[in-house]
This record gives sequence, C-alpha cells and structure tokens, in this order.
Amino acid sequence: MDTAYLIETVIKVVVILLIFSALAGIGTYFERKVLAFMQRRLGPMYVGPYGLLQVAADGVKLFTKEDIIPTNVVGRIFKIAPVITAATAFMAAAAIPFLPSFTLFGYEVHPIVADINIGILYILGIMGVGLYGPLLGGMASANKFSLLSAARGAAVFISYEVVTGLSILAPIMMVGSLSLVDFNNYQIENGWIVFNMYGVGFVAFILFWIAAFAETGRTPFHLIANDHEIIDGFGTEYSGMRWGLFFIGEYANMFFISFVIPLLFLGGYGDGSFLGAMALLGKVAFFFFFFLWTRAAWPDVRPDQLMWLCWKVLMPIAVINVVIAGFLMMF
Amino acid sequence: MNNEQFNNRNVSEDGYYLVDIEDYPTAGWDKFKRVVKRTFRGELFVGLWVVLREMIVFNKHTISYPEEKMPIGPRYRAVHEMKRLWESDAERCIGCGLCEKICISNCIRIDTKIDENSRKEVSEYTINLGRCIFCGYCAEVCPELAITHGGEYENASDQREHFLIYEDMLTPIDKMKAGAQLEFEGFGAITPHEDERVKKTPLAY
Repeated sequence: MDTAYLIETVIKVVVILLIFSALAGIGTYFERKVLAFMQRRLGPMYVGPYGLLQVAADGVKLFTKEDIIPTNVVGRIFKIAPVITAATAFMAAAAIPFLPSFTLFGYEVHPIVADINIGILYILGIMGVGLYGPLLGGMASANKFSLLSAARGAAVFISYEVVTGLSILAPIMMVGSLSLVDFNNYQIENGWIVFNMYGVGFVAFILFWIAAFAETGRTPFHLIANDHEIIDGFGTEYSGMRWGLFFIGEYANMFFISFVIPLLFLGGYGDGSFLGAMALLGKVAFFFFFFLWTRAAWPDVRPDQLMWLCWKVLMPIAVINVVIAGFLMMF
Repeated sequence: MNNEQFNNRNVSEDGYYLVDIEDYPTAGWDKFKRVVKRTFRGELFVGLWVVLREMIVFNKHTISYPEEKMPIGPRYRAVHEMKRLWESDAERCIGCGLCEKICISNCIRIDTKIDENSRKEVSEYTINLGRCIFCGYCAEVCPELAITHGGEYENASDQREHFLIYEDMLTPIDKMKAGAQLEFEGFGAITPHEDERVKKTPLAY
C-alpha cells in the first residue's frame, strides 16, 4: 500500500469524523428549531444570536458533566455500549460516496473512504451492529426502563432488518452491484431507480424509507427510547459524554441514512457536476428535515404495532416486489 | 391584549362539538378494509401539512417572559396591597384584626395600639408569604376594602419565608397623590362614578 493512499485515507477519515460530529451537534439545533416552529414556539433563543451557540453550550455541558457509573451495572459493558453506537455509525460512513470526485490542487479526490464492492451490504450491516449499543447498554444498566428498552430494541431490530434487506433487493437486481458508486452510475444512464420498472423501484424506495425510520429510531418508531413511556430507555442511567456518544451516534446515523436513501433511489450526485453535488446535498437536507418533520406530526406506534407492520405488511410487500422485479427482468 | 378572553366563561358556545367516532371493526375483513382505507386516505399527510403550515405561517405564541408579560385578570390574587382612603390619603386599615382571624394558614400577624389621639393604630402588620396560600379570605373579610390582592406575582426570594410588612404593602403617598391607586374590582368595591362624589377632607388641602 503506498503512502499517498494511506495519507489520503487518514485525512478523509478525519474530515468525515469532524464534519459529521459537528453536524450531529448542529442537527440537534435544527431539530429543536424546526420542532419549535412547527409547534408555534421559538426554540432556543438566548445563547448567541437566535440561540445558535446553544450547540456549544450543550457541548460544554456534556463534556464537563460528571461521568457516573451506577453501583449495580455491569461495568465494562455499560462503559463500552455508547462507543459501539457512535463508532459503528461512523464506520458505516466509510462506504458512502458523499460527493462526486473532484480535483483539488491537481489531485483527484474521491470523497469516499473505501469504494468496496459490497458497499450497501457493509453499510447496512455496520448500522445493524450499531443496535448493539442500545441493546447492551440497556441490559447492563440494572434499570427496568433500560431493560424494557433493550427488549424493544431487539424486537425492533429483527423486524426492520428484514424489510431493509428485502426492499433493496430489487434495486440491487437492477444495478447488479452493491457499490453505491455503481448505483450512482447506473442511475445516470437509466434514470432514478424510484421511477424505474413500473413502480417496483418506488415501492422499494418507500419500504426502505420506512425501515430507515426504524433503523435510526426516529419518531413513528421511536420506541427504544420513548420519553413518555420508558424515560430515556437505554440512556436512563447514562450521563455526561457517554450519553453524548449515544446522541452523536443517533444523529450521525440520521445523516448517513439521509445520504444512503438518495444515493440508492434518487439519482445520487448525478453526473458528478457541481450542480449534481448540490442536488445530492439538497436531497440529504430534505430527508434529514423529514425526520424532524415526522417527529412534530406523527404519533409513536407501539412495539407490537411496529412488529405487525414489519412482519405482516411490509415484508410480504417487499417479497412480492422482489418477485415482480425478477419477472420484469426475465421477460 | 385586553381581559375579554379571561372573562369569557361560556366555552361551550365557541364551536365545541362531539367527534363522530366509528365503532372498531371486529371481523377480519373489516379490519383489513380499515387498514387499507387508512393507508391510502393519506391521513398521515394531513398531519404533515398541519405542522408545515404552522411553520410557514410563523405565528408564534411564545411570550419571552422576562421581557414580555401576560396580562393578568383584575381579580388575580397575588401579593397583597394596603389601600389608602381617597378622601384623606390616610390608611384604610382600622386594625379590626378580622384578616388575622380568618387567615386559614395563620400567616397574618397584626398588632394594634391606642395612639396619642386616642385612635386605634396598627403598630405591626406582617404577612408571611412562605405560608400564605393566596386564598383571598383576608381581602374578602376586610370591612374597609383595605387589604386587597395586587398583581405582583414575582416574589422569588433567597429564603423560604419572605415577609411583607405594612409599609411595603401600603400605597405610596406620592402614588396616592397622583391618583394612581388601583381599586379592587369586586364585591363592595367603589363604583366607577365615585370620582365625582369623593371630596377631599379639609386636612388634605
């Protein structure tokens, strides 16, 4: 492995880590503002102009808060659980092409850490591993609410992962590759996958989008850490930066899944021009906004309703979708 | 903002109606039909539109509290006030002690003495706001409308027992001279046209 490649990769990793850690903080600001506006409130207003420095204030608080390890917890697992969530969220980003490749000072930069040939499988797999954070944290916490949350997490996990996997089968069959770069290139020639194959792509898109809400644990499926039922679920016993890591993991996951959806279904960054890159960022912004939007508008479902939805409705639809896609490609 | 909205008690006349709720389906086919109907009727998008509309309309009902304050009702019961007589600017309190007697949380303490003109005078009057439950009995029982509730509700203090003494509650004399004393609107209050009838006692000139 030559040195230039190594240095380039390290720089990319650091840049992605820094940008998305910061975005996770700014994401909380946007979430609070958007939710406030939708509920006819003002949101954070006092720290900095329009409350912009609220993120910094929260960060200072999280970093300096005492790190409490309660007496009866399983110490090692309790300590490692938040790291799993945050680390896997960022590990999943390794196979995401954030922008089209561009030339910087005569050096061609590919804004993807590793263009591996199993890209989307790797992303979904690592994001799935991320659920071990809430699961282990909840079980190690010696707290009934955390335990409930861990149990729910396991139930949610096996429900939505099936839908996620089956829903992207049809697009994968169309493209014939698992790399997100190949997905993007396929869509340059054949148009967006959402509109492809007489609605098969659209159904897959909707199913994947629904599963993304369960994946990130956002509001219609926010039952792992539902404040009004089980306090903060797996996060109940956590304090300070350990809780902050859960938080960063959740928001980074939201951003990454917002990148994955347009890359898979909505044409990605297009032909690689500047306009295409901006279009990708616009799509990402919309999907991130939609996560906040639904939180203001929709109620939460119960765990049994989520499992009913995933197993009895979405999974059959996904399977039928794959079968139809197969027939369409055969004839 | 005026007080109209606080005085309107007829909430049933403002467009309230019973919501028509369908019975829950029991048969499997009916349940299936309901699922399909709910899925494709787009009810979720109604919710999305409602919150988006509120975001676009941008009509905030937040009151930035320390800078802005809500108007409070005229009969709001906050920290007590002691009134003066319009005729002579003298204190209305006659030291009868009824407020101390009726106070159900025992927070009023009144002490009186005979002064040099052989008149009964209030020598000490305190209200322990740490005990006061702001029930309004003292204002109600007062035969002279001397003690009333004012609108000052910001009484945070660094200790639990926050006492009010008589001099703090009494309408300041300059405010009285300016004719700015607020009257309690309620049973036994002076009527609005009282201004023309009140004559200052000769001593006040």
